[in-house]
Amino acid sequence: MLAQMRDILRGDAPSDRVVPPAGFTAQLTLFASGAMAFLAVFALALSLAAGRIADRWSEELARSATLRISAPAEQMALQTDAALRILRQTPGVAEARALTREEKAALLAPWFGSDLPIDTLPIPQLIEVIETADGYDARGLRLRLGAEVPGAVLDDHGRWRRPLVEAAESLRRLGLVSILLIAGAMAAMITLAASAALAANAQVIEVLRLVGARDSFIASAFIRRFTLRALLGATVGTVLGVAGVALLPDASEAGGFLTGLGFRGAGWLWPLVIPPMAAGVALLATGYAARRMLRGLT
Amino acid sequence: MIDLDNISYSYGGGELFSDVSVRLTAGSFHFLTGPSGSGKTTFLKLCYGALLPTAGRLRVFDMDVPALDRDGVALMRRRVGVVHQDCRFLDHIPVADNVALPLMVSGMNLSQEQSNLAELLTWVGLSDRAGALPPELSGGERQRAALARAVVMSPDLILADEPTGNVDWDMSQRLLRLLVELNRMGKTVLIATHDLQLIRAAKAQVQARVLRISNRRLQLAGADL
Ligand SMILES: Nc1ncnc2c1ncn2[C@@H]1O[C@H](COP(=O)(O)OP(=O)(O)O)[C@@H](O)[C@H]1O
Ligand SMILES: [Mg+2]
Repeated sequence: MLAQMRDILRGDAPSDRVVPPAGFTAQLTLFASGAMAFLAVFALALSLAAGRIADRWSEELARSATLRISAPAEQMALQTDAALRILRQTPGVAEARALTREEKAALLAPWFGSDLPIDTLPIPQLIEVIETADGYDARGLRLRLGAEVPGAVLDDHGRWRRPLVEAAESLRRLGLVSILLIAGAMAAMITLAASAALAANAQVIEVLRLVGARDSFIASAFIRRFTLRALLGATVGTVLGVAGVALLPDASEAGGFLTGLGFRGAGWLWPLVIPPMAAGVALLATGYAARRMLRGLT
Repeated sequence: MIDLDNISYSYGGGELFSDVSVRLTAGSFHFLTGPSGSGKTTFLKLCYGALLPTAGRLRVFDMDVPALDRDGVALMRRRVGVVHQDCRFLDHIPVADNVALPLMVSGMNLSQEQSNLAELLTWVGLSDRAGALPPELSGGERQRAALARAVVMSPDLILADEPTGNVDWDMSQRLLRLLVELNRMGKTVLIATHDLQLIRAAKAQVQARVLRISNRRLQLAGADL
């Protein structure tokens, strides 16, 4: 297919000279691929943005919960040990680790400066809990902790985001499915347009076969035209789509998801894939239409 | 060159001919005659792979024609010059390009063939019509252009279907002389025609055998023709 693409771009195939211009059907292909590429840019932007959100949120989820133990100084070590023991026995907990003195100091430094006498203050002990992919049963864990470690509070604030992550992931999948559907619809349209062009040139094709043209020679005239039209249309559509995405308001804290719908960094390169993909779809679709038509001729 | 062995052809409407066996040797000159609708065109179509026999063995250039794949048929047609009954031109390109069409579709370098093409157009008397479009041609000009296209690839075998169909007597004599000339150059010629006068005129110039389709059989016609 790459070699075929190269031939197409090199131009002036002899088959081009003997098949009359495709006219109307070619214009349709130009328009259809432009529109489809435009839509594909948005589906791509949606998919990438949803993917970004899903990744960020699920990362926060993975960092997960903290267990905070507030107890009188003499009981602190005891309760911490008890909590760690319970956590390590809990299915779904991958890792439980008490924060060290230095880590606690680092957490407080932004507010109280770095020379805070941490040992003399009644600061709660923090335990970082990292869960496995399956997660743990938060209710059961709370009950056990309540019975054995009275000063423990389990803070799993990240958990409420799980459905959001799932939603973002479905949105990404929807975006990808949309791109596939767009490609499929484009293939269908180009197959129809190419079939119409082939049918309009049935007499020409018959004469070419009679004087010894191979199927590949005849097909190449049509493949060349439709592939070039699809490439051109998709390029224009992609440029317009990218411009549209670029004109969306910038991502801001207030706007949340909607304003995050653009491309980021290297993501701007993704739309470059659309025109060659459109050309590839056109090449395959026209080739298919041509083979189908030629099969009926001797 | 052409070898038919018990060939039958039938279609939905019935059997056109059956048990046809005939052999056309290299360099021979044959006429194929018979009433209109007897299957002359069909016979030629079998020979260049446009139709498949319903039974029998058919070999052209020692190739089993019904067994050829699509590319095989295309390559075989480059070695057979066919003058079709209705000429079959591309109406949107000039006569010269139509004559050169077999060269174009077989990927030959046209610029190297320019002098041959010009010579060929002169030979059929169309050099001043080279730039005309096919619909602008007269019946005789069309037939001569079709003949030029049939021989542009220097084929060893020439099949002509009613090559004098729509032309006056003088023109048909002119076309016949071209075909006889090709035969003298060593090419095998098969002409389908219902024009008995043409056949008689040919017999004065060339050693020709006449095949006749009648009653769904192919026979060698007697000396009465
Ligand atoms: N595949 C086919 N389908 C329908 N009719 C056919 C088919 N092949 C041949 N015929 C019919 O058979 C007859 C013979 O046609 P043709 O070979 O053109 O005869 P000729 O050239 O001798 O006039 C015609 O009446 C034609 O309509
Ligand atoms: Mg006929």
